[in-house]
Amino acid sequence: MPARPRPLSPHLQIYRWQMGNSLSILHRLTGIALALGLAALSFWLVSLAGGAASYRAAAQLFASRIGLLLLVGWTFAFLYHLLNGVRHLFWDVGVGYERGQRHASGWFAVLGAIGSTLSVWLALWHFGRI
Amino acid sequence: MSLRSPLGKVLGTGSAGHGTGQWWAQRVSAVALIPLALWFFYSLLVLPSLDFVVVQTWLAVPRNGFLAALLVAALTQHSYLGTIEVVEDYVHRNAMKLSILLLLRFAYVLSGGASLYAILRVAFAIRAS
Repeated sequence: MPARPRPLSPHLQIYRWQMGNSLSILHRLTGIALALGLAALSFWLVSLAGGAASYRAAAQLFASRIGLLLLVGWTFAFLYHLLNGVRHLFWDVGVGYERGQRHASGWFAVLGAIGSTLSVWLALWHFGRI
Repeated sequence: MSLRSPLGKVLGTGSAGHGTGQWWAQRVSAVALIPLALWFFYSLLVLPSLDFVVVQTWLAVPRNGFLAALLVAALTQHSYLGTIEVVEDYVHRNAMKLSILLLLRFAYVLSGGASLYAILRVAFAIRAS
């Protein structure tokens, strides 16, 4: 053991909450939500392969109030993860690191995801599908 | 001055202990998922309804079943890599980490395998016409 404790980097809590870390955390959260969505997709596909009766039972679950709420949530999670994922891919090739670009693309991901989620579900509602 | 070789420095770093292969696979699957996922959800949305026969008929079309199988494969890989990354970052006790990673691996193989098998069942089912 060293005589003095080794210096540590500041812990997470000391940093100011800002857009970069919020969107990064949201990316992980939506990713985890989508992992559960993948399980739901698997369940839906298996119910389809199981025949008309099992499919109808699954469809009823998805059409329930909680089911619809989950589907709307998964829609947002998917669209946000998609848009923010593209943002990450641009960063991976070294594009879009300027402060203004980061903020603009961040807002685009958030507002784009909210806007497209609303559009999809309003359209479904408008055409009498829900 | 460090006596570690440059290779020694890059090996075994990070909370997972390894990583460029996974990092790359995550990006490749991400790129593949952009068209595949958009195609899949758009196709479902524009179907006249999501009734059993409609969805079954749609998925039985060779191109649709094939692309859906690719989608499930890419989704499973991408989601698996993402979730184990979260576990590797935040679960610090080794026994716990190993157990969760093992559990996730089984869960993903189970879910991905079931989805693929279901798609094949629908694709190759003998239907009375």
